[in-house]
Amino acid sequence: MTGPMQLLTLMVVLLLLATFGYRLGRNRALAAASGNPRLLHSLPSYHGYYVALWCGLPALLVIVGWLMLEPAILHGTVMTSLPAEMQSLPEERLALVYNEVRNVARHGHVPSTAVVGEAAQRYVSLRTTMFFSVAVASLAVAVAALAFAHRRIHTNMRARNRVEATVKVFLMASSMVAILTTIGIVLSLLFESLRFFQTVSLFDFLFGTQWSPQIAMRSDQVGSSGAFGAVPLFAGTLLISGIAMAVAVPLGLLSAIYMSEYAAPKFRSVVKPLLEVLAGIPTVVYGFFAALTVAPFIRDMGAHVGLSVASESALAAGLVMGIMIIPFVSSLSDDVISAVPQSLREGAYGLGATKSETIRQVVIPAALPGIVGSVLLAASRAIGETMIVVMAAGLAANLTANPLEAVTTVTTQIVTLLVGDQEFDSPKTLAAFALGLVLFTVTLALNVVALHIVNKYREKYD
Amino acid sequence: MNAIPVTQPSLSKVSARDVNVYYGQKHALKHVDLDIRPNDVTALIGPSGCGKSTFLRCINRMNDLIDNAQVTGLLTLDGDDVYDRNIDVVQLRARVGMVFQKPNPFPKSIYDNVAYGPRIHGMARDQAELDEIVMGSLEKAGLLAEVKDRLEETGTGLSGGQQQRLCIARAIAVAPEVILMDEPCSALDPIATAKVEELIDELRENFTIVIVTHSMQQAARVSQRTAFFHLGELVEVGDTEQIFTNPQHPLTQGYITGRFG
Repeated sequence: MTGPMQLLTLMVVLLLLATFGYRLGRNRALAAASGNPRLLHSLPSYHGYYVALWCGLPALLVIVGWLMLEPAILHGTVMTSLPAEMQSLPEERLALVYNEVRNVARHGHVPSTAVVGEAAQRYVSLRTTMFFSVAVASLAVAVAALAFAHRRIHTNMRARNRVEATVKVFLMASSMVAILTTIGIVLSLLFESLRFFQTVSLFDFLFGTQWSPQIAMRSDQVGSSGAFGAVPLFAGTLLISGIAMAVAVPLGLLSAIYMSEYAAPKFRSVVKPLLEVLAGIPTVVYGFFAALTVAPFIRDMGAHVGLSVASESALAAGLVMGIMIIPFVSSLSDDVISAVPQSLREGAYGLGATKSETIRQVVIPAALPGIVGSVLLAASRAIGETMIVVMAAGLAANLTANPLEAVTTVTTQIVTLLVGDQEFDSPKTLAAFALGLVLFTVTLALNVVALHIVNKYREKYD
Repeated sequence: MNAIPVTQPSLSKVSARDVNVYYGQKHALKHVDLDIRPNDVTALIGPSGCGKSTFLRCINRMNDLIDNAQVTGLLTLDGDDVYDRNIDVVQLRARVGMVFQKPNPFPKSIYDNVAYGPRIHGMARDQAELDEIVMGSLEKAGLLAEVKDRLEETGTGLSGGQQQRLCIARAIAVAPEVILMDEPCSALDPIATAKVEELIDELRENFTIVIVTHSMQQAARVSQRTAFFHLGELVEVGDTEQIFTNPQHPLTQGYITGRFG
């Protein structure tokens, strides 16, 4: 049997070999310089790393290549060896058969037919042979590369430059992972959205005012025609985000000013982390709070003054979301305000400005780009926020500017469209991707604008 | 006013008697008695950490901004106790302007930088009067010719020397009586330094100037009086020429001839 354990053993052996290579390279470099490291171009340890990298990397590539090819080779060999009448089965049945073969081979299931049992045996033996040949091959490559690198060591070899170049490739590859993932997400959103726009026109989606994504499953079903006008969702998102920003920007900014300019350092060192705790509360907890405490409270208050308030109102969701994003505004603004150099404050004080004049006329203008950036980042956070609105804003796609009514948002609809058993080729589920694409575009644009503002107007203080 | 033993009352603009400054436990300035004459440039020299900047910052109470700083003794401006409880520090700082070590123009236009002080003190009745103050101050600071076509551009875009002269223009726009300069040329190149020094000499006509400097050549060039500080104490004060040619105290002599510092 071969499995993760054997693979791990192989890796450990390779690692040991590389360590051995490190010592060999180091010692050879020292020997070449007759024990005097000053005669070497690079430090002895770089020669060691050079040999270790040569020893480890090519062998690792062999293993990775095998891991990628293995399933295809196994599948091809096992399937072609099946009896002819089985090979003529339709595609889906063949997939089922292969699945059973794998289960028998890997997890010891009892085969349903003798043919499957035989195939499973072939699967196992082939896999074992392949693993051992790959293990031997990779170790051979490792030893050969080690010998090759070891022979190349001499006093003038630029071992440091080569090791650093390799490290640079590693660093680049790591950063590529994040970038490629983002590109992958965008592409998947884009292609699914394109499929959606084959059934619903882009114009209807962006400018239609009717949102009712239920599609008739049977032709005699009533009331489920399906309308994909997303305007009510955009309006709801804007309404709730607007309320949230109206709460978060003044509160966050004022608390930032208080903390950075007025509060005693001791007070600040306690309160700032406390405020940041707000950002650490799971959004689902904010959701409870909005749905079970704030929304009923607002409804009852409304009833007192004779207003009819929906039990799931935009106001409740917006208020709670505003509280949630206070730390985004306050913490970032506090940082940029604190980063305004003391010399500017002294300049103002030296002219006889009072504390409040200094803050209003010198410190805040100097910190403004950073403050704008923090507000925009908070806005993009508000627009993308999901859990609070799912729990507290409701699902009714009302096109209204009244914060006391229930509205729905883009994120809420994405969740409802995709939750539960859905087919993945109906406009209903594909609509979620189109909404996701719009959301992504808007938040991306906000972030880009925020970063641009911060960079463009940042005063260069050193 | 109490009977203070002022040596030459008519001649001193700022006068310090037994001034001490503590930063927490640290005794930064010890028993300083110093008289600063009007329309003189008084240079404060001494090795780093000797208390010269600390003394300068006592005169306009900038030390108030430091949490644990404590000032004792008597410091008067035209006979008024600077640390009296009835003195409004805002008005004091309008009378005693300050120019800092690093040019620190506000992130505003050149015009607004100079107009800032007059605006907060309500010095101009209308726009024309404000324009007059701004132009006059830029002129006096020797900057007007260089910036008159770009008054709306931001002050931080000027060169270092221009920024420092902008800060001087900003300080004199408030029409102070005393201008404190805390190593105003230490961040400037020699040409910009020469311009600022020339400017200091011209400003002497209208203002009393106290300048902290690390450069003894600068002290010799621009000042009429020089005070030498060492380890928080005022070692010697006298006419600049006398201090540099015939110092009385061995410490002063050692510092001036470059034996330490």
